Amino acid sequence: MRMRTIEISVGAFVLAGILALVFLAVRVSGINTTAQEGSYKLIARFNDIAGLTIRSKVSLAGVTIGRVVGIGVDSEYAEAIVTMQIRNSINNLPLDTGAKILTEGLLGGRYIGIFPGGDEEVLKDGDTITETQGAIVLENLIGDFITKQGSK
Amino acid sequence: MLRFLRSLGQRSIETLATLGRASIIWFYSIWGLPRRGDFKLFTKQVHFIGVMSLVIIVLSAFSIGAVLSLQFYTQLVRFDAQEAVGLGVAMVLLRELGPVVTALLFAGRAGSAVTAEIGLMKTTEQLASMEMMGVDPLHRIVAPRLWAGFVSLPLLTAIFNVVAIWGAAMVAIEWLGVDDGTFWAGMQNVVDLKEDVGKGMLKTLVFALVITWIAVFQGYDTVPTAEGISESTTRTVVYSSVAILALDFLLTLVMYGDFA
Repeated sequence: MRMRTIEISVGAFVLAGILALVFLAVRVSGINTTAQEGSYKLIARFNDIAGLTIRSKVSLAGVTIGRVVGIGVDSEYAEAIVTMQIRNSINNLPLDTGAKILTEGLLGGRYIGIFPGGDEEVLKDGDTITETQGAIVLENLIGDFITKQGSK
Repeated sequence: MLRFLRSLGQRSIETLATLGRASIIWFYSIWGLPRRGDFKLFTKQVHFIGVMSLVIIVLSAFSIGAVLSLQFYTQLVRFDAQEAVGLGVAMVLLRELGPVVTALLFAGRAGSAVTAEIGLMKTTEQLASMEMMGVDPLHRIVAPRLWAGFVSLPLLTAIFNVVAIWGAAMVAIEWLGVDDGTFWAGMQNVVDLKEDVGKGMLKTLVFALVITWIAVFQGYDTVPTAEGISESTTRTVVYSSVAILALDFLLTLVMYGDFA
């Protein structure tokens, strides 16, 4: 009888622990659905990515449609090569789609904004986005402003 | 000078010998195939080590979660960033406080109890009589406690995290008026299953290993007097706490310290 209650309480304890783990996975970390849905890769070259990191968001009209999965650099052209993973359901981005590096709020993290163009053909896995605009770096902006003021 | 050298040598040899004995005990207990009836011993220990620790874990988790929420809120409200309360609490808990505080409580609650129990068994010569009867005390006494601790602490940590986050959510949403949608969404956007939950759990596993090892060894290696037991019990708590904090720093450095 004593052993029985012990066994039951241990069973309940283990169950509670496992449920807690499931809760942590589902409710707290909110397992992201992009990986399960399947995705394809797009590449974009930027002149400056200032602060963009792996796992940064890729968004279309403010909705997250993918993540940055790789960042490389082409030292010959001094350009950053960003690899993005886009959800499979977003499969109709035109060939002349543009990509911009934007900032969330004033001090927020960087993300990539996608701006679809009007071409009839669509981007496929491994394609490169050519219309890009790099990050606006505050220091450069201020620098430009000061030089302009000075030359007046 | 020579005397100093000699005492240094003695100390080193003693330390090494202790470490050696501890490793041997650990190794022999963990090895060895499970026999019939072992599961019952194991269950009993999980009850004693895990289930009985639940009360203190749940109570402290709730208050820690509530306090964190309150503290984060009072600071974040200055920048009008109350919605970050959820992710701040979750990050702190999953990565640091959850594993560390649970391990510290566990060392105080369960580790000391295990040491005292085994120490008393040794003092009253129960261990010796077991050996006389051909029962291996390492297998019968030490192994179930090691395994039970190793299984219990991660589960306790998971429960601790959930209760603490729940407490934080309650304070933030019900009391301070943070919007519950932004609270959970902010958390889910940033918390990563592998990076935060997974690595936190990895920490717990290491802590579980170290605490059970220290507790069992201190009990087994106790000086068989009343004084000896009290000394080893103290040592279990002190050594475990120091080991947890030091290891936590090292693990954090290794797991998150990738600044490249």
